[in-house]
Amino acid sequence: MVAAMATRVATKTTSPEHIDYLLRLGDSSLVLGQRLAEWTGHGPVLEEDIAMANIALDFIGQARLLLTHAGNLEGKGRNEDALAYFRDARAFRNVTLCELPNSGIAKGHGQSADYAFTVVRNLLFCAWQTQLWAALAQSADAELAAIAAKSAKETAYHLRHASDWTIRFGDGTPASHERAQAALDQLMPYTNELFATDAVEEVVAAAGIGVRGAELHAGWKSLVQAILDESALKMPVASAFQSTGKSGIHSEHMDYLLIEMQSVARQHPGAQW
Amino acid sequence: MYTQAMDIPGGPKAVAAATPEEAARNSAFDARIAADLKIEPRDVMPEAYRKTLVRQISQHAHSEVVGMLPEGNWITRAPSLKRKAILLAKVQDEGGHGLYLYAAAETLGTSRDQMVDALLAGRAKYSSIFNYPTLTWADMGAIGWLVDGAAIMNQIPLCRCSYGPYARAMIRICKEESFHQRQGFDIMLSLCKGTAAQKEMAQDALNRWWWPVVQMFGPPDKDSVHSGQSAAWGIKRISNDDLRQKFIDATVPQAELLGITIPDPGLKWNEERGHYDYGAIDWDEFWRVVNGDGPCNRERLATRIEAHAEGAWVREAATAYAEKAAARELAGKRAA
Ligand SMILES: [Fe+2]
Ligand SMILES: [Fe+2]
Repeated sequence: MVAAMATRVATKTTSPEHIDYLLRLGDSSLVLGQRLAEWTGHGPVLEEDIAMANIALDFIGQARLLLTHAGNLEGKGRNEDALAYFRDARAFRNVTLCELPNSGIAKGHGQSADYAFTVVRNLLFCAWQTQLWAALAQSADAELAAIAAKSAKETAYHLRHASDWTIRFGDGTPASHERAQAALDQLMPYTNELFATDAVEEVVAAAGIGVRGAELHAGWKSLVQAILDESALKMPVASAFQSTGKSGIHSEHMDYLLIEMQSVARQHPGAQW
Repeated sequence: MYTQAMDIPGGPKAVAAATPEEAARNSAFDARIAADLKIEPRDVMPEAYRKTLVRQISQHAHSEVVGMLPEGNWITRAPSLKRKAILLAKVQDEGGHGLYLYAAAETLGTSRDQMVDALLAGRAKYSSIFNYPTLTWADMGAIGWLVDGAAIMNQIPLCRCSYGPYARAMIRICKEESFHQRQGFDIMLSLCKGTAAQKEMAQDALNRWWWPVVQMFGPPDKDSVHSGQSAAWGIKRISNDDLRQKFIDATVPQAELLGITIPDPGLKWNEERGHYDYGAIDWDEFWRVVNGDGPCNRERLATRIEAHAEGAWVREAATAYAEKAAARELAGKRAA
């Protein structure tokens, strides 16, 4: 009943928060897909090259659906490519977790990508997406609900892949355990952003469209804790760190990612590909 | 791709049987070949046949894997999300081709680790085409259209190759390569219908890739070392020059459709032959690249070596975990 009303409202006038919310989801998938795609051809073993490319492909697919939907609701004629290629970092709404380089949070070029960092990030992010899609399958935004239902199946596989490797690393060799723990210690503070409910989420949650970040925390934590227990990895002590990518204030890494991703499209504005 | 390196000197040759038993085995093999029957992993086969196949299939597998690098180079910069997804899927397919081919070669008794070690040590070859750089987005079009197109020409006859596992891998791979070829052509079509800068990019890519692609079919028949034996064994069924001609004949009208010019002033329809004539191929260039001095040979190998070295701890962790898990399972069974 409430959901049906909300749908009608949403089709008449879309709130800016609704569009912002879709951009958060779509940009997060896009930016993580971009990071994972960087591994293609450089993976630790051929099977993983293929698996990671496959996961990246799913993320790009999610991003295309979500950005297309955001563009349609916005009604300014921006399609997925206008949104992906012709916005600057400040207009991107992905959570900061997704934009961190595959090498970890340390700065400077020429660092080698770290598979532990990639795998543990996927674990943390996909555990969150698992909770998210389950909640959004009931969204008053029917298109978003359909995207969530489709994505949930992909995310189940992504989470499985990340969990399997986290367990292998945690319970593998001393070196792999150390790398996985170091990755977890670096990444965990960035998960705070996933659960920090803000004004945008309040508006979309009230309209039955989206979900408050805080509501996803308990389910996420028990999912992650179970994998960490099996991996013999320690959950880091909670920190007060807050990243703010979903409000458009990103890390220093973000602009580099966009410069690369957008370079060809921006050299040929208006071109069809 | 990519079977070009097959015809490079230095490979095994058929030798006379050393013992009566070996002669008997060889004649059973010859009978199967003569009847156009498939040879399967458990069938008897001459050692030289086995070696030739391991060499060719592993070179082919390495080519798929090294081939992921020049195209992987543009995934992060693909100019639309649709193209990004298509390119990512294509490069992923090439990795899959590598996997099937390593598996096919393993049926001949050589492990994937041995084959990969040979690649990383510089002992094994891969298709020279991947020793050229990808410099613009249009190269993604040119590679799909021309390189995958040439690969199909080379590989379709291999679907009928005498060795069963290789022939079956080829059937699966050829289906995907023909998708890649169409997708590559589609990139070129978009560029050629696009802005002047896009069309210029497409022409530039054709200019750079044409001759290396024509060379992909290998040395001319008159200089080809192994083709005779490979043909007798049902491994190579069409000669290098015939495949090359077939490729050129098919590609000229496609370039015309795109409205770009193949960089060969000698290219001309020959009514009498019913084929296109083409200009002289720079075989010095071909041999220079085959022998390691192409524009990217060192980079490609260094990149593979680095990925392998950086991934060592990952593989070790997976092995250690599998051993622990197996030990735990065994302990659990004993306790029960
Ligand atoms: Fe391939
Ligand atoms: Fe291909």
